[in-house]
Parts: sequence; structure tokens; C-alpha cells
Amino acid sequence: METRRDVFQAIADPTRRDILNMLTQKSLNLNAIAENFEMSRPAISQHIKILTECGLIVIDQKGRERYCQVQPEKLSAVADWLEPFRKMWENRFNQLDNLLTQLKEDKDE
Amino acid sequence: MNKTVFTKDLTNKKILVERHFDAPVALVWKTWTDATLLDQWWAPSPWKAKTKSMNFKEGGYWHYCMVGPEGEVAWARLDYDKIRVLISYSAKDAFCDEAGKINKDFPGAYWEVSFSATGTGTKVNVVTSYNSVEELEAMVNMGFQEGFAMAHDNLDELIKTLV
Repeated sequence: METRRDVFQAIADPTRRDILNMLTQKSLNLNAIAENFEMSRPAISQHIKILTECGLIVIDQKGRERYCQVQPEKLSAVADWLEPFRKMWENRFNQLDNLLTQLKEDKDE
Repeated sequence: MNKTVFTKDLTNKKILVERHFDAPVALVWKTWTDATLLDQWWAPSPWKAKTKSMNFKEGGYWHYCMVGPEGEVAWARLDYDKIRVLISYSAKDAFCDEAGKINKDFPGAYWEVSFSATGTGTKVNVVTSYNSVEELEAMVNMGFQEGFAMAHDNLDELIKTLV
């Protein structure tokens, strides 16, 4: 399966959800984020990388420090994660409406 | 067009879908339980559903595949649990292979579909339950992919039937 980078992949992992939660409070550098977790710095760094690739956060260079910042407009897509599910059912139901109309017509003939 | 109502119940790991159809219960029930009819609407376009076998009874299952626009094939099965004719049915939904062997790497969901007569047609309720938040999230991830597949919905077709 090819690697996908999208907002849903970003939130599928609990650590990444925690990182996002932290960053919605304020921008933090990698060290400050890593301090909150038991796992290694490279592991956290990997999560940050995925979040960046998914477009959920951006890295802002301030002097020697690199700060992670959330992208609120991308986060709103996460908030509406039900959307694809909704689309799938709407699509199905539209087809079912068509079928029912057709079946009713067949009956009337 | 009838409105579809979606409700998330994350605490109980359920998603509820409610929709009204302008047809009597007997007809709507048939479209959800007859393989020939299911094949005509079940797959979100541009995918097509194709039934391999159908045994609509408690303990029986529907074995079908969804064929994508590029010829990609996804096998699935729906194992029927409780059936109350013209009222409701429940079933376990899962991905499988062509032989019907369930793929345990993907989360399955439990479905409860109920039908009730209204003055002008039928109200259908679909309750989808997941075992865990992780499984629900995996579904969301897959749904995201499907969302792309459905870029071209069949709204035009629908509009034609309404005019």
C-alpha cells in the first residue's frame, strides 16, 4: 500500500493527537514537545515529520529554535472527519432513490 | 431530495444514519435484502457492487465485491445476525477475499438497520457500531480514500429523475 499523507492519517495515532492538542494551546519547539512523552526524541521527531507532511503543522524558524505551529484550517478538516462517511452514504442513498423510482414505475406499467 | 441525518456517538463508538425514502416499506426492504437490487445501488459510484452469493437468513451471509473504475476489486461480506422481516436486520460487516475468508487486518463493524412506515414512505435507520475507537479511526482513514473515489457523484443523474 502506498504511503498516504492526509489529515486522517495524522490523527490515527494517539501520540500525534496529543502533540496536536499541545500545539493548539501554544507553539512549542521539539524539545518542549518531547519532554511530555516517554518515547525517544527521534520517535517524536518522526511524528512531527508526519504531522508536517500532512500539512497540520508548520515549522517556524526563530533564531536557533524551530517552533511547531498548528495550521487551524487543516485542523477543521479533522473536526469534520465524518465527511467521507457522509459522502459515501449520500451517494448510496441517491442511487437507492433512483432505483426505488424505477421500481415503482415498473410496477405501475 | 430527502435529507440524510448523521449523528456521531463517539462514547459508544456508534454512527447513526437516518434517511427517508418515498416508497413503501415492502419495496425499500427488498432493495436492502435482494442481491440483484443491492448490486444496483450499494457501491458508491463510480464503484459497482457484484454479488457472488447471497443467503439472506440468520447465520447466512452476503458475499460481494466492489469493482472500481480502474478495475480494482474489493471483496466484502455481511454476515446476518438477527432478521425481523420488514422491520429490521443486524449484521457483521467485514472485508474478505474471493473465497469469503475474512481479512482480520481491517476492522469490521456491526450494523443494525431498521425500517418504519411513515405517511409518505419509509424511514430507514442505520446504526454502525465499532469495537474500539481505533477501529472507528481505521474506518475513517479508509473512508477518506473512498471520499476521493467518489469525486464524481451521480448528482446529475439524480437531478434528471427529479425534473
